[in-house]
Amino acid sequence: MKLFSKLYTALDETTRTNVKVQALVDYFQQAPPEDAVWAIHFLIGRKPRQVVPTRKLKEWAAQLAGIPDWLFDASYEVVGDLAETITLVLPLSNRTQNRPLHVWVEDILLPLRGKDEAVQQRAITDAWQQLDNPQRFVCNKLITGAFRVGVSQRLVTRALSQVSGIDAAVIAHRLMGEWTPDAETYHQILSTDTRDTDISRPYPFYLAYPLDQDVTDLGAIEDWQAEWKWDGIRAQVIKREDRVFIWSRGEELVTDKFPEIVQAAQRLPDGTALDGEILAWQNEQPLNFSVLQRRIGRKNIGTKLLKEVPVVLMAYDILEVHGNDVRDRSLAQRFKDLTRILAALPQEGILNISPVAAGSWLQLGEARAQARSRGVEGLMLKRLSSPYRVGRRRGDWWKWKVDPLTIDAVLLYAQPGHGRRSGLYTDYTFAVWDADKLVPFAKAYSGLTDAEIRRVDRFVRTHTLERFGPVRSVDPELVFEIAFEDIRRSSRHKSGIAVRFPRILRWRTDKKIQDADSLQTLKSLLTAA
Amino acid sequence: MSKNEFLQVTAAGIYCRPGDFYIDPWQAVDRAVITHAHADHARPDCRRYLAAADSEGLLRLRLGEDVRLQPMAYGETVALNGVTVSLHPAGHVLGSAQVRIEHKGQVWVVSGDYKNETDSTCAAFEQLKCHTFVTESTFGLPVFKWRPQADIFADINGWWRANQAQAKTSVLLAYSLGKAQRVIAGLDADIGPIFTHGAVENVNQCYRQAGISLPATRHVAAVEDKNNFAGAMVVAPPSADTPAYTRRFANPGKAFTSGWMQIRGMRRRRVVDRGFVLSDHCDWRGLTDTIMASEAENVWVTHGYSAEVVRYLRERSLNARQVETQFSSGIDRTEA
Repeated sequence: MKLFSKLYTALDETTRTNVKVQALVDYFQQAPPEDAVWAIHFLIGRKPRQVVPTRKLKEWAAQLAGIPDWLFDASYEVVGDLAETITLVLPLSNRTQNRPLHVWVEDILLPLRGKDEAVQQRAITDAWQQLDNPQRFVCNKLITGAFRVGVSQRLVTRALSQVSGIDAAVIAHRLMGEWTPDAETYHQILSTDTRDTDISRPYPFYLAYPLDQDVTDLGAIEDWQAEWKWDGIRAQVIKREDRVFIWSRGEELVTDKFPEIVQAAQRLPDGTALDGEILAWQNEQPLNFSVLQRRIGRKNIGTKLLKEVPVVLMAYDILEVHGNDVRDRSLAQRFKDLTRILAALPQEGILNISPVAAGSWLQLGEARAQARSRGVEGLMLKRLSSPYRVGRRRGDWWKWKVDPLTIDAVLLYAQPGHGRRSGLYTDYTFAVWDADKLVPFAKAYSGLTDAEIRRVDRFVRTHTLERFGPVRSVDPELVFEIAFEDIRRSSRHKSGIAVRFPRILRWRTDKKIQDADSLQTLKSLLTAA
Repeated sequence: MSKNEFLQVTAAGIYCRPGDFYIDPWQAVDRAVITHAHADHARPDCRRYLAAADSEGLLRLRLGEDVRLQPMAYGETVALNGVTVSLHPAGHVLGSAQVRIEHKGQVWVVSGDYKNETDSTCAAFEQLKCHTFVTESTFGLPVFKWRPQADIFADINGWWRANQAQAKTSVLLAYSLGKAQRVIAGLDADIGPIFTHGAVENVNQCYRQAGISLPATRHVAAVEDKNNFAGAMVVAPPSADTPAYTRRFANPGKAFTSGWMQIRGMRRRRVVDRGFVLSDHCDWRGLTDTIMASEAENVWVTHGYSAEVVRYLRERSLNARQVETQFSSGIDRTEA
């Protein structure tokens, strides 16, 4: 695992993309396939189910380090990363084992699942004592699964493409869907044989950037297609060899959650891949995302749920027609293919073509402003000549979302962040006025610059009222403008409302807490939304 | 702490009423006993200063040539209002001292900042015994664990060599007083020339005048041909890490030296190529061992993770308490 921990350290030490790719290339050139495939697995963010509960890891680490549990927790609060905290509190090891990565994962860690606690503890503490700090850290990451090291799937794909000479898009496609991390898979990922055998495999999703320019700068409206931007689950519906597969954007197979879509998709011709949005739908209107979540959360989808949360697919693209990959065709052509194929099916209202919004840029702008009342997030703007690309790219696809709702709120609680923000107070809870009391209504983590974060951090440390574990309550003094996408009633929250995607828009240093908004104002947005 | 106590923390700083003197006051007072020359401990405008003789050059550099300063040898005693005061090496930076105060058979020790790893650029920490120990707690959590400095110097020299092989300038960020000199003393001058930022060079002169041996260094501003920097080492304070300053070095590789570099998130936040874990303070083990070895019944814990250290000591049946001071300890604020 030395080679892999060296890779991890190299990736972690730099912010430069080229240096990262080079480190990956070096690794893949040296690592045996049975290790390399696990490296890919972890680096692109997949994780095996956790074999040992986090709580136990903390306990054993504290025990081995000879420190009380509370001191471990206090350390974790400062370090902001569990794997790292464990690594640092343990006594330095003077032995170093160098077992291969796949041996650690397959023979030592994974078999621990479901074992007696004593067996688990012995195995894990043995591992800790056999590894030097960099390897110990990586080993902890393998156990806890939180493997973020600033490497995107795209960088891994690029490196593999460089190592093998295979086109990056082909590699990206092969990394999709479900595969077993073994040597055979690794050979398949890098194989020059382009016939793929996995019938369930989805295509990499093409993702849009938020529009950051004036819409008229995009050029003539005739070159563009505008669609509603739905607030549902982005999905690929694939029919091959008489079987239907539904993949979410997180590359999770969610076929079982949507039996009515499966049934309708059975009628698609073999060798079809649709891209679209799954929505909870009733009376010609999308239902709130929270309703749809009930379908994802359940293990078994019963008839009651099917009735209460009816779903549809709003398809807006087609990636495979009669078994042929058509992603290189223009959107205009693909949309024609999509229309033709869906029109040939019996019209049951389950598989729909996502409607196109027509009009001038000005008219589209007005339509976008009405987005909330239609239950959509805004518009998608897609260049008619665009191919279906891999991953998030600028230029051809834009999301043109409706402006967020905003409110001025008071900072009430703060908690230290993780990763690059460890040891700094970066996670905040905000409140609005309810008569003369401040009622918390949202947590937000993003939106401030590094310099602002440092100032708020200093404020928190010097204006702490009380400590509750890692959380500090602070003097109500600072006002921030909070933006969010959606608001709804909630019986689970003290404020009686819940907001979606709250983030900090700006620090209102010009405002006093008396100027912050009230719960009443916040609730008045319920109707607006 | 009440007004009747021997030591108390007032608006101006830690005050010994019977002796009528302050230790590292943060306001101008009549008589200040100074533990060391860092800015949060040695402040200007006091009427009289008392400090370790080794720190005299540094204090005059920082506070002004003409300050009224009484230098004392380590171990020498002086009576202030009938209270016996002596200074003992703290191992933090050149001239750093623990203040030992004895009165009516009771002994107090105010540590200032300290480290117990030996270091060729200052006198070695002296373990004192006392009834009441006032300790810092900058790195008072068990995640802070220093490797021997020889290992760290080997890493730094290795990094320098690797940069040199690519004709890069190695820019090492280290606090200008103490850390920079300690690092320079650990550099292998056979690798190449060592250049310094002006703030570092000034302090180097004080160290050399105090008899500390450092390899030859040259002020960056005195170099006209920029090509001289390729493959060289430049030691500069963190505040010099600006485009305006680093522009002159072709293809610089940057590293930061601090105990805080132990934490990955803080290392990443610094946006440097390397973080070397090297501190002028004790690690967790050094801190707790020193406190135990002082045999003090009462421990006052100042700047750092004081709440955690206090709780830990109380669980070991010591009479410990947190004491609020204006000494700094965070990564973004101090010389650590």
